[in-house]
Amino acid sequence: MIESNQDPAAAMSERITFPGASRTLPTGEREFMMDVRTADLEINMGPQHPATHGVMRILIRTDGELITGAQPHLGYLHRCAEKIGENVEWLQYLPYTDRYDYLAAMNNNLGYSMAVEALLGEEIPRRAQMLRTICAELNRIGSHLIAFGTYGLDLGAFTPFLYAFREREWMMALFEKICGARLTYSYLRIGGVFNDTPPGWLQEVEHFCDVFEEKHKEYVDLLMMNHIFVKRTADIGVIPVEMALDFGLTGPMIRGSGIDFDLRRDTPYMLYGELIDAGAFDVVLGSGAKGTLGDCWDRFYVRVMEMIESIKIIRWCLGSIEPGPVIAALPKVLKVPAGEAYVGIENPRGELGHFVVSDGGKVARRVRVRGPSFCNLAVLEAIMPGTLLADAVAIVGSTDVVIGETDR
Amino acid sequence: MEHGNLIHELLGGVAPEGVPAWAIVLVTAVIGVSLLIGVVSVIAMFSVWLERKVSGHIQCRYGPMYVGGWHGWAQSIADGVKLLMKEDMIPLGADRVLFVLAPALVLGSIFGAMAAMPLAPGFYFADINLGVFFILGMSALTTIGVIMSGWASNSKWSLYGAMREAAQVVAYEIPLGISLLAPLMVAGTFNLLEASEAQSGWFGMKWFVFQNPFLIPAAILFFVAALAETKRAPFDLPEAESELVAGFMTEYSGIRWSFFFMEEYAAMFLMSLVGAVFFFGGFESPFTSLAEWAFVTEAGADGSALRTAGLFELPLLYHVTAGTVLAAKALFGVFLMMWVRWTVPRVRIDQVMTMGYKYLTPLALVVVLFAGTWEWLLS
Repeated sequence: MIESNQDPAAAMSERITFPGASRTLPTGEREFMMDVRTADLEINMGPQHPATHGVMRILIRTDGELITGAQPHLGYLHRCAEKIGENVEWLQYLPYTDRYDYLAAMNNNLGYSMAVEALLGEEIPRRAQMLRTICAELNRIGSHLIAFGTYGLDLGAFTPFLYAFREREWMMALFEKICGARLTYSYLRIGGVFNDTPPGWLQEVEHFCDVFEEKHKEYVDLLMMNHIFVKRTADIGVIPVEMALDFGLTGPMIRGSGIDFDLRRDTPYMLYGELIDAGAFDVVLGSGAKGTLGDCWDRFYVRVMEMIESIKIIRWCLGSIEPGPVIAALPKVLKVPAGEAYVGIENPRGELGHFVVSDGGKVARRVRVRGPSFCNLAVLEAIMPGTLLADAVAIVGSTDVVIGETDR
Repeated sequence: MEHGNLIHELLGGVAPEGVPAWAIVLVTAVIGVSLLIGVVSVIAMFSVWLERKVSGHIQCRYGPMYVGGWHGWAQSIADGVKLLMKEDMIPLGADRVLFVLAPALVLGSIFGAMAAMPLAPGFYFADINLGVFFILGMSALTTIGVIMSGWASNSKWSLYGAMREAAQVVAYEIPLGISLLAPLMVAGTFNLLEASEAQSGWFGMKWFVFQNPFLIPAAILFFVAALAETKRAPFDLPEAESELVAGFMTEYSGIRWSFFFMEEYAAMFLMSLVGAVFFFGGFESPFTSLAEWAFVTEAGADGSALRTAGLFELPLLYHVTAGTVLAAKALFGVFLMMWVRWTVPRVRIDQVMTMGYKYLTPLALVVVLFAGTWEWLLS
């Protein structure tokens, strides 16, 4: 079932170092003698396993602690999101987008809304764009905080997880104030955002930015630069540049391999073009500082440092936000002109693409989602063999998959 | 200095006429064992509560706050009752005999090790001349129970945990034993009571760790090896909850599971006790010499030194004070172990092995060599 990268006979002869350990049988086959008869162990990591970040199953074949093959199995959380998209009205589908990547619901809303807006050709008010950028980046911070915390958890460090949740809690409280929900926001709507900010909200976001920058130093000291942590992640799960391109990785996964690819800059959407012109943020790249380029530590580094870049973006938006309308005047029951559009945005996990087809009616003809986790997950099979069981957890954690989005 | 065994004294005194001697010994033994189990269990339960509070405060939380009123002090009791009430479950594919035996062996061996550990000057159950060896041997026996549990569970994750435990304990028994040799050379005895009494002095200046400069690295080595020996983070690979689900305990639930849990905390306490006795003065408080306050040394009729009760009129008061001091030191050690656990990530199995065999063992040997040379030069 599992295709091992290594030829079993070659692997076996590598292990045998003493002479006379093998003989040729009359049939021509070679028989290997070993001190103890060993067998590969097939083991299911998941669907109920603490380190698979949801209901994912990885079928692992191990020789002792050494992994010789790994195969992710998906589909435990499939909820027919795309099919639902073909059966409900344009705006009614918005809450379903919250549910694919439930850690970055704002970004999902944004991706879908932008795809529909591309068909509508509607002008989005500037304040709405500002609020969208602020919310998307805040949610990116929240999502990376989870990635940061659970990665520590995977490697046995419990405390950073709760530190990360402390700040995430505040972020969620901010979202609760602006839209009433803590996880599935549906705040970014087709045409703008749902409503204007409550009084004092923008000041509170600024306060959050101030505090977060302080706390971020703690994260770096406590986990990212921790000697044991570096030992556990450097040189583990290396994704070379070629492999990253072959597997179509996006987001921190590809930037961890040193490839300068960020949709916010490369296909500037919303205000990101202005932000790039203003030099408000940089794209963080892995550099192999602690080991090989493209190892788990590099990917982790990219996520941790991106949080600071998001803070910079939020600060720029807070500095230039002005009063105005927050949603374009659209009819209650939306009819989208016939046509098709693909819009890819930079989700915390990579490129979230929405391909929508309209036949001019109230309901979409087709809503296709390109999920970043789904594409990033495929690389596991290639990088896991040859590592230890403990590294498997480190590698799965470093891909930062959200199962809700791989399965949709 | 001779201490009477408190239990024998107390119970021997109340023996009624006509009761045979073996009955008194039996009753003493039963009471002694119950006391030991009671004390160790209470300490283990307290440690569980302490762990939850320590981890909570390290992580900006409070930990248990409600059960029992004051800072959730009764949380462990409530948990214990809950675990007792749970269904006794044995997986169908499990080897029933080994599965049931394993937690008992684990907990039994740690209680056995505790028997040789004097918790207060007179409060011991076996005054063994080779006490340290007995304690190390008995605590290593828990490994057999862990391997048994991993094998009997018939679960792959459990098997992984058990194999890791076997490899890890074999690797770390060596530096643990060797690093203890250094204070043993200073003490000149394997007996824990005698070692403790040899450190009697003012302001902790007689503590072994200050007697020989090479005992400080020895104490650090001992601490690291004890972390690995008691399966505590960063060496908690046998359980490794994010890798092996729960390692060797995966299939256990209810009271059997809590046996493993109690063993972990009892082992932490035991290792801290050994460390406190052989490095940090045992029963002696860091300020004054309790033994000097407690007893007045007088010249006996035949010229030998005799000790009579001094400031502490009641010998029990001295015993209780000394026991409290030792327990406080040991609990501080337990606290250090918790602090480490909630701060650092877990190391990988090959790193554990590398550290044990390539670094700790040679280092321990070097430390022992230098400590021994120092002792030899001084003598």
